[in-house]
Amino acid sequence: MAEGIRDKVAIIGMGCTKFGERWDASPEDLVTEAFEEAIADAGLDRNDIEAGWFGVFYDEQNVGKSAYPLSQYLRLPNIPVTRVENLCATGTEALRGAVYAVAAGACDIAFAMGCEKLKDTGFSGLPERTKGTFEDLYQPNFTPPGAFAQLAAAYAAKHRVSMTDLKRAMAHVSWKSHENGARNPKAHLQKRISMEQVLNAPMVAYPLGVLDCCGVSDGAACAIVTRPEIARTLGRNRHVTVKAIQLAPSNGVEMGHQSWDGAHTLTTRKAALRAFAEAGVSDPKNEISLTEVHDCFSITELVLMEDLGLSDAGSGISDILDGRYDATGAIPCQIDGGLKCFGHPIGASGLRMTYEIYLQLLGRAGERQLSAPRLGLAHNLGGIPNRNVAAISIFGASD
Amino acid sequence: MAAYGIIGFGAYVPRKRMSRAAIFDAVGWAQGSLKSLAKGGRAFAEWDEDAITMGLEAARDALRGRAAGPAALCFASTTAPFLDRQNAGVIRAALDLPTQTHCFDFAGSQRAGLSAVIASSGDKNRDILVVAAEKRPVKSASALEMQAGDAGAAILLGRGAPIAEVIAAGSVSADLVDHYRTASSHTDYTLEERWFRDEGLSSFAALCAKPMLAEAAMSPEAIDHIVAPTINPALAKVVAEAVGARTEAIVDPLFQNCGHSGAAHPLLMLCAVLEKAEPGETILVTAFGQGCDAVLLRITAAIADARRESLSRQLAEGVEETNYARFLAAGDRIDIDWGIRAERDNRTAQTVAFNKSRDIYGFVGGFCAACDTPQFPKSRRCVNPDCGALDKQEDYRFADRIGRIKSFTEDWMAFTRSPPLVYGNISFEGGGNAFMEMCDFAPGDATIGAEVEMRFRIKDIDTLRGYHRYFWKAAPASGGRNG
Repeated sequence: MAEGIRDKVAIIGMGCTKFGERWDASPEDLVTEAFEEAIADAGLDRNDIEAGWFGVFYDEQNVGKSAYPLSQYLRLPNIPVTRVENLCATGTEALRGAVYAVAAGACDIAFAMGCEKLKDTGFSGLPERTKGTFEDLYQPNFTPPGAFAQLAAAYAAKHRVSMTDLKRAMAHVSWKSHENGARNPKAHLQKRISMEQVLNAPMVAYPLGVLDCCGVSDGAACAIVTRPEIARTLGRNRHVTVKAIQLAPSNGVEMGHQSWDGAHTLTTRKAALRAFAEAGVSDPKNEISLTEVHDCFSITELVLMEDLGLSDAGSGISDILDGRYDATGAIPCQIDGGLKCFGHPIGASGLRMTYEIYLQLLGRAGERQLSAPRLGLAHNLGGIPNRNVAAISIFGASD
Repeated sequence: MAAYGIIGFGAYVPRKRMSRAAIFDAVGWAQGSLKSLAKGGRAFAEWDEDAITMGLEAARDALRGRAAGPAALCFASTTAPFLDRQNAGVIRAALDLPTQTHCFDFAGSQRAGLSAVIASSGDKNRDILVVAAEKRPVKSASALEMQAGDAGAAILLGRGAPIAEVIAAGSVSADLVDHYRTASSHTDYTLEERWFRDEGLSSFAALCAKPMLAEAAMSPEAIDHIVAPTINPALAKVVAEAVGARTEAIVDPLFQNCGHSGAAHPLLMLCAVLEKAEPGETILVTAFGQGCDAVLLRITAAIADARRESLSRQLAEGVEETNYARFLAAGDRIDIDWGIRAERDNRTAQTVAFNKSRDIYGFVGGFCAACDTPQFPKSRRCVNPDCGALDKQEDYRFADRIGRIKSFTEDWMAFTRSPPLVYGNISFEGGGNAFMEMCDFAPGDATIGAEVEMRFRIKDIDTLRGYHRYFWKAAPASGGRNG
């Protein structure tokens, strides 16, 4: 196996907009807001950056295709910019591009920007989109909640748990994230909710109620990366390094072969194994300090705890109800509020997760600050349970 | 020469029955006279069913268990969804019959179904499947809304050991316009039935059937069953009397659980008779529409091997609907705000639809010859993670296979004209897995592991271009549908 990118790249500046229904803001405003915070954080000049990666999912409904929206918004000096898209893993995909460029020595300083302006679409929930000329002919007209709700039905059947017990653990997931989001001024939803509110919320797609679903919002997030030795020359002796970034897309097995049980995300398991190996993590349950995972729906987070190896198979429910992933638990999950409270402007989410881990590792998370976190894991799942792109990043603070 | 006649038959009645009492509750204020019809339930097609899908299901019922398909396929309907696109060809594709199958459409009158049988009986050198179906357009508070029903029927004619021999056939044409529907009108314009009863029905039946019976040396009183598919079931008596048959021979008009299914109805009523007739019995089938068609049949001993209860089960297994607005929505007769998700552009790439015709219409996937794994869709490389063989896939049809629900949801956010949209991962017996929409599941009906069978339905409607496309959906497995 290749030696990987562990500790070859440092993050020296990050920015993240307030997420929410930013009715009066344009993509240009959001990108600028995230970038100005990041560049100030890094202590760099705009002209110091040599290459950019721009993550946008719904291109036609937002900023348009290609590199030039980002180049134009920031009036970049004609440096290379690559626009990337990989479903909900788009933000992490942008980061991967920038990190790989630096690790490869193609440039010294690069940046990744993710942005999405969902509230310009007129939809509550994610907008409809085509699946391609062939797949449109036979694929169900699913919605994301409907596609992820399937995990719950299959999980309950596989582990022989009642939907009532499963729903209670799912409700805890949402309750916990709102507890965290209430302490985050950049979150879209900053209100606490009760377990009863979650359990009694109107049904969206059985068994997911509306409070099992993450919000829909506008936002942008940005990361500036360089090599650790350059970080030090810039006076950033304490910085965050990238321990691993791994991507695992489905190859059709889950959708087309009976070996998949419908109750887990196969790609997350594959990406996790590779990411832990790249990061040198042998005991994730004890080494990972915090996670930001793709909690698009409560059931997703529950299943992911098992897929990431943080809970044993079938133990997700009890671990969640025991508070293992609460702010005060062994491995806090979504300490910033997660997709649940930030919403999911798709291109930005992976970088928003990275932003929180970055703050936590540097001890800059304010009243959400965890005690001495060492390794943080960010996880995206683009697509739906039976076909998706999983992206896992692991970050650590330099000594 | 081998005997010629009916060698197979099949029927399809949608599971939903609109309570006629509930129709009256909704529209009786406007037409109080409808009260006399307000009993039983009329079958109605869901939003994703049309004459093609119902005809296809009847055709599957008729062909079930047969190794070879017919040489020809005729589709008869006055409500064929396409005016200029061969409807029979869609049914052929969904049956995955060879492209050499001679396909053609019949239309134009309520006789179209029986006319197709008569026309087809003229060529005794080949097997032909006559498929008739209607999704009847009706106006609110019309008598037809009460009397009509949606359904399909299929009659397979051919050589061998027919279950019913065609003894004689006759036809008369008379342009008596008691009702009509034009290319530009959506529903029937109907005159009072007394004129048709007195001047049309009686004389056409006599004019058509009597010479035919005489030629066949058949005494009218000896007819065991008379199929007289009149819109008003009470008028069947007029037909029997005009022909000289016993009124006891009049067969059930299927009013109680179905309603008059237009051009399909003579064949549907015939199917009901075939399910219970005994060897040696004779059946006179009539059909009316600007004249009359008639066919005389005699049941053979082969009926014993073809005994089945598909139609009677379907008729008995109806699910009552009492919500008139849902009935309207199923027929696209009410302008419901389905929300912004209904705006999705469902343009069909016809190049792809043609190239993938066997995948989409025939539900033909692949069977990897290297590892024996069935899969959908067929692909260049095998989906089995332990195989991955290139270009080893043989054709493998999923349409007639039983599946089980691996995962599902009831989605209240997704757009469908019958919320919630139910869909999930289906595992097929013998292998293969598909993520697909489901149909005929009410909220709370679906469970993990439940058996499903495949139904050919409308997948999406392209409102911008007046087109719709079909694919298969997973429906609750039903012994009734299997006959």
